[in-house]
Amino acid sequence: MVVAAGTNRIDPYLIPALDGVAYGLLVFVAASGLVFCFGVANILNLAHGLLYAIGGYTAAALLDGGWPSLALALAVGVLAAAAAGVLLAGLLTPVAAGNHLTQALLTFGVALAGGSLLVAGFGPDDPQVQVPAALDGSVVVAGHRYAAYRLVFIVVAAVIAAALYLMVRRTRAGMLVRAAVDDAEMVACLGVSPARIRAGVLAAAGALAGAAGVLGAPIIGPGTDTADTVLLLSLVVVVLGGLGSMAGTLLAALAIGEIQTLGVALLPSAAPFLLFAAMAVVLAVRARGLATRWGAT
Amino acid sequence: MRDEVIRRGRGAVGALVLAGLVVAPWVVDDYTAAILARTLALALVGVSVALLTGVAGMPTLGQTAPYAAGAYACAVLGSQISDVGVVQLAVAAVAGAVLAALTVPLVVPARGVIVLMITLAIGELVVTVLGRWRSVTGGTDGLAGIAPVRPFWGLPVLATDQARYLYTLIVVATLVGAVLLLLRTRAGLLLRAGRDDETRLRASGHRVPLQLSGAHVAAGAIAGAAGSLLVVAQQYISPADFGFDTSALLLLGVVIGGTASVGGALVGAALVIAVRDWLFGVLPGHAPLVLGALFVATVYLLPTGVNRARGRLRPPSAPASQPDPPPARDHATVPELRA
Amino acid sequence: MTCLLSTQDVSVRYGSLAALAGVDLCIHDGQRHALIGPNGAGKTTLLNVIGGSTRPQRGTVRFDGRDVSRLGPAARARRGINRIHQRPAVFPTLTATENVVVAALPRVIPRRRWWPGGRRRTAQHRAGPLLDQMGLADVAAVPAGHLAHGQRRQLEIAMALAGRPRLLLLDEPAAGLSATEVGRLAELLRALPRAVAVLLVEHRLDLVYALSDTVTVLRDGQTLAAGTPDEIRTSPLVRQAYADGVA
Repeated sequence: MVVAAGTNRIDPYLIPALDGVAYGLLVFVAASGLVFCFGVANILNLAHGLLYAIGGYTAAALLDGGWPSLALALAVGVLAAAAAGVLLAGLLTPVAAGNHLTQALLTFGVALAGGSLLVAGFGPDDPQVQVPAALDGSVVVAGHRYAAYRLVFIVVAAVIAAALYLMVRRTRAGMLVRAAVDDAEMVACLGVSPARIRAGVLAAAGALAGAAGVLGAPIIGPGTDTADTVLLLSLVVVVLGGLGSMAGTLLAALAIGEIQTLGVALLPSAAPFLLFAAMAVVLAVRARGLATRWGAT
Repeated sequence: MRDEVIRRGRGAVGALVLAGLVVAPWVVDDYTAAILARTLALALVGVSVALLTGVAGMPTLGQTAPYAAGAYACAVLGSQISDVGVVQLAVAAVAGAVLAALTVPLVVPARGVIVLMITLAIGELVVTVLGRWRSVTGGTDGLAGIAPVRPFWGLPVLATDQARYLYTLIVVATLVGAVLLLLRTRAGLLLRAGRDDETRLRASGHRVPLQLSGAHVAAGAIAGAAGSLLVVAQQYISPADFGFDTSALLLLGVVIGGTASVGGALVGAALVIAVRDWLFGVLPGHAPLVLGALFVATVYLLPTGVNRARGRLRPPSAPASQPDPPPARDHATVPELRA
Repeated sequence: MTCLLSTQDVSVRYGSLAALAGVDLCIHDGQRHALIGPNGAGKTTLLNVIGGSTRPQRGTVRFDGRDVSRLGPAARARRGINRIHQRPAVFPTLTATENVVVAALPRVIPRRRWWPGGRRRTAQHRAGPLLDQMGLADVAAVPAGHLAHGQRRQLEIAMALAGRPRLLLLDEPAAGLSATEVGRLAELLRALPRAVAVLLVEHRLDLVYALSDTVTVLRDGQTLAAGTPDEIRTSPLVRQAYADGVA
């Protein structure tokens, strides 16, 4: 009896919880681009949401229900968003390094103009995204029907996250990234030109955001609000997770995913305030640690 | 000498602008008067942005948060309490100050670009809350048909766009005057000192976080008051009034105005908002594209507007922001410096 | 006689490097105490520990009978520990007078507490004579960023004194000054109020011997010797330490 009651109590929240994982992993992939940009190049890229939206619109335009179209959309979306990142880096070159205010304003201008171009190109209505036919149905998870695409997405995003982790931990480029987050001046001393670092970082950030945009199009679909939504969620991830570790970023992203899905299911009346509350709680718990570590980077 | 010319020039421009603003409602049509009133409210938010960004050295993209708090408090609460404008103004200012005070632990320990990011997140979250908290805020549809106010007890209700504009103008002028007076006091001196060199200020025994918190709350109150003016000017508010683009536009306006100058922030913010409104009027559909391009162009054209906001834009671990010793006036006495 | 400031067993490590290894120091009211030693001996670190900008891993700092080990620089400044930095730290966009006013404010007690502007006016009254004393009366209205290096140094001393310190920490005040300016500086420091205790870190030994009544020699983060300037000047141990340090 007790066991049954227990499962019954958990049961209605299984689907939102799974959704939360999918949502969280998506936010993680998107936000890790912003973390790179911020941690390595020290740029607050307000056009980050635009890079995601580029991926999203690419998916909407190219996906036709077949597997090849998914591969094509992924390739095109990643390339297009990475190219947009490089373009952004080029625009940032004349702006004095370390002048964060100007950099932020410039990236905002790009976001505004780019968003307008996307709407001009793809129309003002939120486009429909067609997932591969094989994943269009639903599967049964613990007695519940669940969208197959989301389940597969969870696996794919987890693989991306793991690959990212290995890259940052094990490769030379990853080592440079970690070094730069710890001490930006040190990398400058290695003789790599800041302009090239900026271009590389923004291209990588664009690639991540683009991949998230294509694969996540059925979850956070392309539309006029997409860029803002993704930028906000990524910012909150950075605020919650800090820049110290990828684990922090992942935890923060998953927490946001669960808050946005499970939290809303559990506490519908408090839903609007949950993200705020999470930010307040995390910052209160870590209080000064956050500021000092960030101050040092 | 040059400073003197600039100072006089500024004074002349200020007087001209003020004169123009006073006669404006009799020259322009009702619609423009309403737009002007809204622009004035936003320019007041711009002043609060300048107070934080330029004077206190905390660059902010989140002053729309207390602005929205003030506007909604005025529309939801203030109009229940009284139809007197001054009362609603006070309610809105308190709401803005309370929101700013609540976010002090998030904002004040951070520095530089982190402040930009955290304030942006706060501003966006407030807009999200406004959009979802339908029972109180009316959701994304906003609140319409807000009752008109009378400026003061015994005065008639503000029934025309001209009257609403003049009320806005008087309130903005009063508040800006108060800010300018405040900046001449000890508080203003300490804020400028902290922007110059925070570590040094601590070394003298000042409680820097307390001062910054005070500045943040004061800026919140000003933005909140501006929210009340928006309600008066538009008689309608929705989350779209407080979006992220508004924050960025205001920051751009403040940068154009010279970051640390209150008058410059007023003019700069008003200018940027006016350009936006004009663009959306003449180029429906393509306005964001042109506006974005203008952003990029302005950033390239105006590097000087930004350099003044040094100070706390750097992380505190960097050596205290002192320029290198200027060339000695008498080289003969300082041979070591050149060695 | 009790110490105005005392450190007990203060140790600071940076990784495997011991910057300070158990330093005990005692400074009395009004004492002129100098800290010398070869580069890397830990002089500036000790100053940072006393000023509150560096937290020691071990040991305590007591000031005026209280344990101040857990206080930050601001709180210590309010209790009367003021500091002059190696590179003159002034507020570049503020005028010389404003600089001194800002430094004076934390320790100003106005006569009419709730009178608006009272604190600032009292601080302003204090600033004038200090600027005169430092020979900065002519440049009182000039932004500090436009002052020459030597003038900034003098301004910083005026700022430190404006805070009514009981202990003044001087970190290489003669660095970057010309011979003439060093002479002026020595005069200014000699004219400091008798009630103010001074802890001076300085490379120029002539200045040290001229100004101090007690000298502590640090080496490798430990106290090597302490005594009057005459004792230190003639100590073979100290000569040896400097010879090693230079070599």
